[in-house]
Amino acid sequence: MTGAIVGYFAKWLAATALSHTIQTAGWVIPALQTIHILGIAVLFFSAVIVDLRLWRVLQRDVPLNDVAGRFLPVIWPVVLILLVTGGLLIIGEPRRSLLNTTFYLKMALLAFALVLTVILQWSLSAVPEFWEKDRGRRIAGRFAATLSILAWCSIIFAGRWIAYTQVG
Amino acid sequence: MQGFSDFVAFFEDSSLADAVRENDLLFPSIESVHVLAICLVVGSIMAVDLRLLGIASVKRPVSAITRGILPLTWGAFAVAAASGFLMFISNATKYLGNGYFVAKLCLIAAAGLNMLVFHFISAGDQLRWDAQARLPVSARLAGGISMLLWIAVVACGRWIGFTMEAG
Repeated sequence: MTGAIVGYFAKWLAATALSHTIQTAGWVIPALQTIHILGIAVLFFSAVIVDLRLWRVLQRDVPLNDVAGRFLPVIWPVVLILLVTGGLLIIGEPRRSLLNTTFYLKMALLAFALVLTVILQWSLSAVPEFWEKDRGRRIAGRFAATLSILAWCSIIFAGRWIAYTQVG
Repeated sequence: MQGFSDFVAFFEDSSLADAVRENDLLFPSIESVHVLAICLVVGSIMAVDLRLLGIASVKRPVSAITRGILPLTWGAFAVAAASGFLMFISNATKYLGNGYFVAKLCLIAAAGLNMLVFHFISAGDQLRWDAQARLPVSARLAGGISMLLWIAVVACGRWIGFTMEAG
C-alpha cells in the first residue's frame, strides 16, 4: 500500500517541469552531486574532528568545548545545503531513491547522527567539562564519538550504494 | 610511450585488477571508501584554507591549526590514493582516455605544488604572522587557490562517473 503511494508520487514527481529540467540538462545532476559531496566533506570532517578530540587523538592542546564550539555549529547550515541539493537530486530522479531501501537507511542513519550531534552540542554548551568530569564520562564520550564516526561513515557508504541498489 | 603502456597493462592485467573488475561488490565498496577518504581530505584542507583566508578559527595560530588537522589529512589522503589506484587499474586504459580523470590528477598535482610553495617559500617568515588573524597576501592566496583546486578535484571526480563508458 505505502509502496504503491510512493510509486505514484515518484511517477508524478518525475513528470514535473522541474524534474524534466534537471533530467535533460546533462550538467545539472553531476553539478548537484559535486555540491552535495563538498557539503558532506565539510560536515563529515567537522563531526570527525570533534569525535577525535573526544578520543584525545587530535587537538589535545585546546579544551573539548572550544573544538566543538568551532566545528559543530558549521554542521547545521551545511545540512540545509545537503537537504536542498539532495532534494533536487530526488526530484530529478525520483525512482532512484524513493523506491530504494538504501535511501531510507541513509535517512534513518542521518537522523541518528544529527540527534547525536545535538546531544554533543547541548551538553557542551550547558556544561563545558560534561564529557571529562570523571572516568565514566570520558568512556561515555569515547563511546558517543565512536557511534558518531560509524554513523557518518555508514551514511557516506549508503549514499554511494544508492547508485548500485536502484530498482528497474 | 611504449614503456608507459606496458607499465599500465601490467597493472590492468593483474589478478587484483581482475577482481575489482569482476566482483560486483568490490568496486562499489572501494568507491565508497574513496568518497569517505576524499571527504576527509577536502573537509580538513578547507578548514586550514579558511584559517589562511582569515575566515575561521582566527584566534588560533596557523601552526596549531595545521598540527591539529594535517595528520588526519595525510592519513585520509593515503587511503584515497590507494582506493583510487585500485579503481584505476580495474580499467586503466579507459581512465587514461577520460579527460576528467587526467584533469583530476593534474589538479591534485597543482594543489600539491601550491602546498609546497606555501610551505617552503611563503611560510618562511611564519613565526612573524603565525598568530595574526589577518595573514600576509601570500598565505591568503595559498588558502584561496587550494580551496578552488580541491573544489575542482571533487567536480572532476564526479564527472568521471558520468563520462566513463560502461564496461
